[in-house]
Amino acid sequence: MSWTKKHLLDIESLTAEEIITVLDTARGFKAVGERAIKKVPALRGKTVVNLFVEPSTRTRISFELAAQRLSADIVNFSAEASSFKKGETLKDTALNLQALNADFIIIRHSASGAPHFLSRVLDAHVINAGDGAHEHPTQALLDTFTIREKKGRIAGLNVTILGDILYSRVARSDIWALTKLGANVTLCGPSTLVPKTFEQMGCRVTHDMDEAIRNADVINLLRIQHERQRKTMFPSIGEYAQLFGLNQARLARTKPDAIIMHPGPINRGVEIDSQIADCGRSVILEQVTNGLAVRMAVLFLVNGGKALTETAQ
Amino acid sequence: MPDPAVILDASAIHRALTRIAHEIAERNECSSEVALVGIPVGGDHLAARLAAILSGVWGHAVPVGILDVTMHRDDLSDRIAPAMHPTEIPFDVTGKTVVLVDDVLFSGRTTRAAMDALNDFGRPQKIQLAVLVDRGHRELPIKADFVGKNVPTSLDEKIALRLTEAGAAKDEVVLKKQ
Repeated sequence: MSWTKKHLLDIESLTAEEIITVLDTARGFKAVGERAIKKVPALRGKTVVNLFVEPSTRTRISFELAAQRLSADIVNFSAEASSFKKGETLKDTALNLQALNADFIIIRHSASGAPHFLSRVLDAHVINAGDGAHEHPTQALLDTFTIREKKGRIAGLNVTILGDILYSRVARSDIWALTKLGANVTLCGPSTLVPKTFEQMGCRVTHDMDEAIRNADVINLLRIQHERQRKTMFPSIGEYAQLFGLNQARLARTKPDAIIMHPGPINRGVEIDSQIADCGRSVILEQVTNGLAVRMAVLFLVNGGKALTETAQ
Repeated sequence: MPDPAVILDASAIHRALTRIAHEIAERNECSSEVALVGIPVGGDHLAARLAAILSGVWGHAVPVGILDVTMHRDDLSDRIAPAMHPTEIPFDVTGKTVVLVDDVLFSGRTTRAAMDALNDFGRPQKIQLAVLVDRGHRELPIKADFVGKNVPTSLDEKIALRLTEAGAAKDEVVLKKQ
């Protein structure tokens, strides 16, 4: 069990062992978060830059706290108040941050592949905090961490991911992580948002909500990504809620021990009934807690990782 | 590669731990103040064994904890991230005499990291160090209070503790060339 990667760019390129290494390490960091003194000196003297070119609260704050609890210094960078407005390219911005001796660049960008691009032009460790509709690896890691903690395993579980799959980077990262770890993944939502092509990723696609959740051990609800949809993909929010929203009647037909997950932000009354979001089977807030531990683990692990060319020597 | 040489067998390990337990009892008159904290991997099991022997000597239970020192290592930027282990300290260390328990004392860097890590849990009155094997080659001014066996080694040798708790067939400490 060891981690040798210099960056965390996506889940697709990770092995099952590497994913497990992150989850095991995160378990230790979760315990650190429950101590009176929540800070450890592992990254003392390192500088982390949150380069968020797309808005985020949860992920940015989670990375910020993770870096602080590892004793690193962190700088937040948001697109609104930056030279992007003045026409600077992503590469130049990143090189300038590196010139200030940043050791880690955590990037969120609306363009798929932006973190991979940065990893080729920078010496710093690059961590993907969400790139377009491509991947959101730390979300998948915290989702699998939460599932493993709640269910004791991943392999053999029936996991249903509901909603806007087409535009969701969370869905893609979750599918990679869950299938690598041996879960049976079912995708469900309107046919415009859940095309059959996703079967190529090793999961089952259905458009029948009741059938999708009947045997599920885990129900992961996704938000409709209005900001990414170029045209209306379904007639109305009301109709979506009626056909694919998780309400009390549908919940009653699921396995009694099935857990409800959501990466946030939740839209109460659309993909999830307000009461269900707050019920005992919802682990939505535990996902947030676990996200901090997982991001500490990722920062800690990539710190020890080297670029491929260096390890080959 | 030559076969590893056994430097302590099961009964020698038991005798060494029994002697260390008595030395701890002799050094610390106020038995209720003493707590043992083992450093994984290896030291945690030894701490549990020492606690069992000591509770027989003193006639009361001895608090025992596990302290992972990974986060406090000084070489994290020079190596692949080491595996983390759980830390469990089910008592308040403030005011206690904490006996750190490790399997092998070598450079002293693990002990330094352990003393730093312990500070996050409180301020012990005293910290003492018990090790099963002291193999020399210190890089820091650190000395053990209780030693099972002093083993002169060369730097290309490695000492491994095998315990039944960790899945070994029998207890032993072996010395091998790398």
